[in-house]
Amino acid sequence: MSTLTISDVHSDYQGQQVLKGLDLTLKKGEIAALLGPSGCGKTTLLRAIAGLQTISQGEICINKRVLSGSNVFVPSEQRGVGMIFQDYALFPHLNVADNILFGVKGGDKEQRKRRLNEMLSLVKLDGLSQRFPHELSGGQQQRVSIARALAYEPELLLLDEPFSNIDAKVRGEMMLEIRAILKESNVSAVFVTHSKDEAFVFADKLALFNGGRIAQYGTAEELYSSPNDRYVAEFLGAGNYLQARVSSSTSVETALGTFKSTAELKHGLNYQGELMLRPQQLEIVADDAGTGVILERRFLGNTCHYKVNVAEQSYEVNSQLSQLVPGQRVTLTTPVHPLVMF
Amino acid sequence: MILGLPKRWSLAGYFVALVITLPLVAILIQAMIPDESVFGHLLDTVLPTYISNTLLLMFWVCLGAILIATPAAWLVAKCHFPGRAIFQWALLLPLAMPAYVVAYVYTDLLDYAGPIQSALRSFFGWGSPQDYYFPEVRSLGGASMMLAFVLFPYIYLLARTAFMEQSSSLQHATRVMGCGPWQSFWRFSLPMARPALAVGVALVAMETAADFATVSYFAVPTLTTAVYDTWLGYGSLSAAAKLSAIMLLVVFTMIGFERFARRKQQLFQKQSGAEPCELYSLKGIKALLATGYCTLLLLVSFLLPFIILLNYAWQYFDESWHVEFLAFSFNSFYIAAIVSVISVTLGILLMFISRVSPRKADLLPSRLSSTGYALPGTVLAIGILVPLTYLDFAVNDLYEYLGQQGPGLIFTGSVFVLIFAFCIRFSAIAIGSVENSYKRISPSLDMAAITMGLKPSSLLWRVHLPLLRKGIFAGMLLVFIECMKELPAALLLRPVGFENLATYVFQFVSDEQLEHGALAAIVIVLVGLVPLIYLNRSLEQQG
Repeated sequence: MSTLTISDVHSDYQGQQVLKGLDLTLKKGEIAALLGPSGCGKTTLLRAIAGLQTISQGEICINKRVLSGSNVFVPSEQRGVGMIFQDYALFPHLNVADNILFGVKGGDKEQRKRRLNEMLSLVKLDGLSQRFPHELSGGQQQRVSIARALAYEPELLLLDEPFSNIDAKVRGEMMLEIRAILKESNVSAVFVTHSKDEAFVFADKLALFNGGRIAQYGTAEELYSSPNDRYVAEFLGAGNYLQARVSSSTSVETALGTFKSTAELKHGLNYQGELMLRPQQLEIVADDAGTGVILERRFLGNTCHYKVNVAEQSYEVNSQLSQLVPGQRVTLTTPVHPLVMF
Repeated sequence: MILGLPKRWSLAGYFVALVITLPLVAILIQAMIPDESVFGHLLDTVLPTYISNTLLLMFWVCLGAILIATPAAWLVAKCHFPGRAIFQWALLLPLAMPAYVVAYVYTDLLDYAGPIQSALRSFFGWGSPQDYYFPEVRSLGGASMMLAFVLFPYIYLLARTAFMEQSSSLQHATRVMGCGPWQSFWRFSLPMARPALAVGVALVAMETAADFATVSYFAVPTLTTAVYDTWLGYGSLSAAAKLSAIMLLVVFTMIGFERFARRKQQLFQKQSGAEPCELYSLKGIKALLATGYCTLLLLVSFLLPFIILLNYAWQYFDESWHVEFLAFSFNSFYIAAIVSVISVTLGILLMFISRVSPRKADLLPSRLSSTGYALPGTVLAIGILVPLTYLDFAVNDLYEYLGQQGPGLIFTGSVFVLIFAFCIRFSAIAIGSVENSYKRISPSLDMAAITMGLKPSSLLWRVHLPLLRKGIFAGMLLVFIECMKELPAALLLRPVGFENLATYVFQFVSDEQLEHGALAAIVIVLVGLVPLIYLNRSLEQQG
């Protein structure tokens, strides 16, 4: 069943449309990333879900309960969502225990204490309950804020760029740790980020934003290997875009030759468009009679990156072969795979 | 921002703002009511003198203060010389001195019977005033000097900060391009500090325009004394209101000028992160001159008057330390305490609303409520008397209509009117203090709290209040002290027979008997030192 349903959500800010008709559903226990460059509306949507922002059209529901809709607006304090902020928003005048129990209502002393201890051990901060936020490291503060948001068992957890203040060295580890915590609590979460790497590691599903709309919503694999359009393709990784013509339902003609697709192409015969090939989808072979010439070579450790010129066009190629040198003649091909064309 | 903030919060905010702006509105309305007799008479006779005196006084005080303050600010900001660390804060001390006390002390020293002229006469063998020239202290010029000596720290403080924040790389650039320290001052430091100086000048001008006691003591008639005399002398509220409206014109011009200069100042002092300049090390005669100048300034503006006050207090201790003194001190303290609690409470309420309300118009109450401070004490007093007198009469009329004995002047005839006036005048300080504290609380704390289910009132109670503690305390302290010092509004509004420390001291000054009130004056000065210490501490923390 779905925890969060967003349908046709519009929002205006000072006369300008910030959100232009968004649809999104999230299943129980899923983590969705709202991904996109700054100013694309992803934070606005997050705040609209939290009830910190109004919407002008559409509907936001959590567990079938309408929170924002036509003539409905449930105030933030009655929504039962948890939110993690970029600066963690820990109350500086309260210690860890009081911060974590801040949103927990009712219960006697015993129950509250039990809840606190559960939370502390979930985020691995046992024994630090009497510390104040300024006595904790950034990562510990982050985990307190997560414990605080989970402590009152929200139906949905919202995270606003939660990793942007974390040192790059520990960020990856941190993300896996917190993902494990969320999965263990089986809580649904929506998470805002502008980094595709964070989205790949942390989220189950990605909603890629483009100017107030969701360009594509799906798993990371879906967005990466079968993007809806060139914007999605470019946002998720480097690629080569070749002029191509559909020559049959499973093959296209390009300047590099005719390529076969393992899946049926979406476009009709003789459609002219762009074929997307990721740098690792091009294969490079040393060939003295080849039409390609290597222009640049960069050694990246596990792979080697080449810039190859074929008939006045340059192509980016990632290859396991590292012995090729600039100036060398080569041939470019692609193995048979589901081709993506725009 | 709480989208579900109930409307009653906004209404409360607007109600407070309405009450606080009441005097301003009352003056404007009352000033419109035609009343030819008194005001027409004033216009034909003395009003032009009042206006020209006010403007001349403002001009001379500003000129004097800027000439005194700029060199001191530059020396302290840019040079090393003996005593610099002390002068850095000590040059703020004159702000704690009421100008009328300084005026009294110097009149005592410098007039015909004073020690200086007596000594000159016996030394040169002069017999009478016809034998020599000595400038008259009790004059416009004298008043200007006294006010300049008390008010220059405003300019000193702003200029010092401006000089200190000038980036070292710019100064190095001027030096590399061939400017000596002197040229560097004229061509770089001074022009860069100009907006800060302008802000300081505007503040000094406003304080001068609002001054009542000094000009009253020196018998220099200005608009403030005119407001006072028109009400207490002629009993004409509407003429007083018209004069007040003219005052307001002057004051609001100055405020506009100050706002403008502050915006410029932000442009000029943007690179606050830049490392501070290396200090010029003064040696020999230069160091002596620098130390000498600052010492002399401090001596004239603070130490000498304060020592004389201490001397008076010591010699007349038995006459000063009596039941009256204690009773009047108590009056000052309890009124100040009540006002500081009320003002800060209003400040919290107004700033809370403007912070969390989703309605844009809710920013207005806190802005409007800050205007109270702009009204000079005399003008504010008139502005309060207009509606409250009306209200008093209305209440008594109602009682008579019901066939009962009226309760008398319950508003204007009790300390209520003083507390009311002080709250209006000093709420701006409380609002500013709370606002500064609020700026340091991340908005995400509010959002975190409300997503966790907090209602607006518990957000204020459980999150904001604990975090605002410092600002609340500072605001209360500042309001308390201002209440202790405020004179003109207290003089005009106090109920018959009521005295507090400020009116008590002024009474002695007017009667040429400050000796007997010196103890009270010292209390006012000492209380006035507290915010200076606080100000200096917060400046050092920033640096």
